[in-house]
Amino acid sequence: MTDATQPASRGPMLAADGTPLKKSLSRALRMQKMRALALIAPLLLFVLITFIAPIADMLFRSVENQIVSNTMPRTARLLADWDGQGVPDEPVFEAAYYDLFLAAERKEHTRLGSRLNYEQTGASSLFRKSGRGLEDMGELYQDQFTDLNGDWDEPEPWAEIFGDPEWLAEQAAWDGEGRMPRFQLREGAETLLPRSAEHYAAFARFTQTEDGDSPLEEEPWSAVHTALYQDLAAADLSGYDGPRAEMLAAADALVDSPEFSRLPFTDGFAEIDEAWVQPQIWQTLKLYSPDYTPGYFLNAMDMQLTPEGMEKRPENERIYMLLFGRTLFMSLAITFSCVLLAYPVAYLLSNLPSRSANLLMILVLLPFWTSLLVRTSAWKIMLQQQGVINDTLVWLGLVGDDARLAMINNQLGTIIAMTHILLPFMILPMYSVMSTIPPSYVRAAKSLGATNWTTFWRVYFPQSVPGIGAGSILVFILSIGYYITPEIVGGTTGTFISNRIAYHISTSLNWGLAAALGAILLAVVLVLYWAYDRIVGIDNVKLG
Amino acid sequence: MKLTKTLLASTALSVAAGAVAAQDMANSMTIVSWGGAYQNSQLKAYAEPYQALHPEVSIAWDESSAEAVAKLRAMTEAGNITWDLVDVEAADSIRLCDEGLAMEIDFDEVLAEGDDGSAPTDDFGDSLVSDCFIPQIVFSTTVGYRTDMVGDTPPSDICALFDTETYPGKRALNKRPLANVEWALICDGVPKEELYDVLATPEGQDRALAKLDTIKDDTIWWSAAAETPQLLADGEVVMGSTYNGRLFSAIAEQGQPIGMLWDAQMLDFDGWIVPEGLPEDRLARVMHFLEFATDTQRLADQSAYISYGPARASSAPLVGKHAELGIEMAPHMPTDPANATNVYVTQYEFWADYRDDIDAKFQSWLAQ
Repeated sequence: MTDATQPASRGPMLAADGTPLKKSLSRALRMQKMRALALIAPLLLFVLITFIAPIADMLFRSVENQIVSNTMPRTARLLADWDGQGVPDEPVFEAAYYDLFLAAERKEHTRLGSRLNYEQTGASSLFRKSGRGLEDMGELYQDQFTDLNGDWDEPEPWAEIFGDPEWLAEQAAWDGEGRMPRFQLREGAETLLPRSAEHYAAFARFTQTEDGDSPLEEEPWSAVHTALYQDLAAADLSGYDGPRAEMLAAADALVDSPEFSRLPFTDGFAEIDEAWVQPQIWQTLKLYSPDYTPGYFLNAMDMQLTPEGMEKRPENERIYMLLFGRTLFMSLAITFSCVLLAYPVAYLLSNLPSRSANLLMILVLLPFWTSLLVRTSAWKIMLQQQGVINDTLVWLGLVGDDARLAMINNQLGTIIAMTHILLPFMILPMYSVMSTIPPSYVRAAKSLGATNWTTFWRVYFPQSVPGIGAGSILVFILSIGYYITPEIVGGTTGTFISNRIAYHISTSLNWGLAAALGAILLAVVLVLYWAYDRIVGIDNVKLG
Repeated sequence: MKLTKTLLASTALSVAAGAVAAQDMANSMTIVSWGGAYQNSQLKAYAEPYQALHPEVSIAWDESSAEAVAKLRAMTEAGNITWDLVDVEAADSIRLCDEGLAMEIDFDEVLAEGDDGSAPTDDFGDSLVSDCFIPQIVFSTTVGYRTDMVGDTPPSDICALFDTETYPGKRALNKRPLANVEWALICDGVPKEELYDVLATPEGQDRALAKLDTIKDDTIWWSAAAETPQLLADGEVVMGSTYNGRLFSAIAEQGQPIGMLWDAQMLDFDGWIVPEGLPEDRLARVMHFLEFATDTQRLADQSAYISYGPARASSAPLVGKHAELGIEMAPHMPTDPANATNVYVTQYEFWADYRDDIDAKFQSWLAQ
């Protein structure tokens, strides 16, 4: 106690418990901060989990592009080394065959087709068609093996050739309950018949996990037959004495004989669709095989990714930059018209006696409590060519019956309807700022000899600027993301970028592009906010 | 005595069997549809009769079909599918099927045979446009006009849309390219059989847009099909495209001075999809309901409430009268022989490929 009251020259000031005051103070402050943080923690977590995280997840889609390398991993790897000239070689077609076959079994090939269709028209049906066509390619070999020996169409021989004996016994004993014993490759199968072992294992695991069936009871896919043909054509089986050695030896002899008909993968793909032997689809696949792509962002800026690099889209496909520009311009126009209309109203509200001010306030809030759709539709009835305003103008003789004004389904309609809808967001912050301006300032200015205009412009207006700033930010940010009103009254020239985002979210399912457009919109808003802070200063914004 | 015993025993058995079956099936179902008159027709023709037979089943309706594709994708990604049966347009069903969001259906296994004994795949025929899609109705996009604004010569063919000399005034057209580009090419002299070959080329697409350009300034572009009947009723437009059922209700139910064209109507299908990944008990209930709701009689019943044609061939002879107005519904079906003299069936495969491409050009053209 005495220490704390002593002059500082006696050393560091100490708190009651003997610790230096500085330390004690900072500890207390830290405790206070922690307590404050703990108090807002529920809200912070809530916002993080339900707001920030989903937005981040959604925006991440604008660069994410793992679908190609996930669905066609072998092809993507080979295409990375391809020079992009002409059509790739046979090994790429081979990889594509096995990749697409598995994808088709998983029913993922059509997803990839829809994804690539955003970049190349026609990919959707090409992939859908190829899923069916690949089956036929493998059946060529499947039929020949089966004709040689019907056992090739049975599940057991395959399982015996490729399955680990221990696994075979466990699988045979499996009673259909509980977990199936996981398929294991027989030792040596992989070195002898590498391709077929790989594809049979893929088949067996797929059958076990996806279908819940035993590989002992399902005949393998025709892709496994294709792989076996490839292995037999390449391998020397003379030393093999494992299961079904005779069956394999006979098949080996068949494959080596001149009667055996084979089909190069390239020709097989060409039979499915000519598009496969043209460079375009392969270039698209190569361009979009990396896990992350700038493609969506380029699309969102009316550009496209080509083998030669980035380039502008053809004139008749450009739309997004136009829509971004229009969205910004119209949002500014709406903000400006809101300021013009709201200022006198807010001024009146704050200067009238409270009785009439309250009544006026209710009038301001009334549309606020009405459904957005109702207000928008009402404007449609008011503004259309056979609508109330045009009828009145014609009746008054101001416009001819055949020259009715077009006030809706265009930019004007959007600006009118949105100004009306967003007006309360401008009036309320203005009102709350204006009602804090002391009337004595105005009286003082006047008593010092200022004219009405000078009083307003030099004394009143500067004090109301924070309200204008707050209202403008609110209205501008709300209108830049507005969707439903422009959709209803905007026609073709009054729609916003958000209408296009909605189209990609709900109709074309191109969420990547929607995310890229959204990310750009967010960036534009942040940049404008930053500019506003630099020019006007964010401290100059007051909501009350 | 013995007979009674046997009867009792068998009753007990069948009750027990019923109880087992009921336990295997969920007793609540969420069906997604479009709301309005269409959903009401499904309620009256499918759901209420079904619930009369199975009073333990409760059905919740969700009017989300317009956003079904996006919502279903979000639900699947979140791993929480709350819908059991979703009504979508055929084009959307293809997209859902491609994305793996809708379940593939073995039609002959799941659906009921036709009243005439035909297999479901034959009875539904060409309307089975995707492996996941169980069609209910045939509807068409066609053109309606104000009878009092077209003078003495009401339009009889689709090209009246582009004839602003004879029929001055505004038009209402879809803000999407579907049907518009086809009509534009037809009226620009492209023969029916070459239509989609032409539309597949950039030149053909430019040609369609150039034709539409001649009426661009005279057109109000709608984003909801309900807008056209409203615009016609207000006299805002002299003619406009919408679905035939909307025009029927404006003409027959509301008595508006509106006429309609059947020429070059674009036939389209609407039907059910089952979301992929439903738990077994819910799936069992959905399949049970589907078999009932898509049989010959139920599809025919629906046409008493709305003027859309049943998707089953065997339902056509059973189409009766309007439930309230008592008028014969057959002449108001898009598939009625008198109406179906010049029809175009929507080419889903084509649109699945070209939708994004043509839509981008179309929107870019609109925004200029």
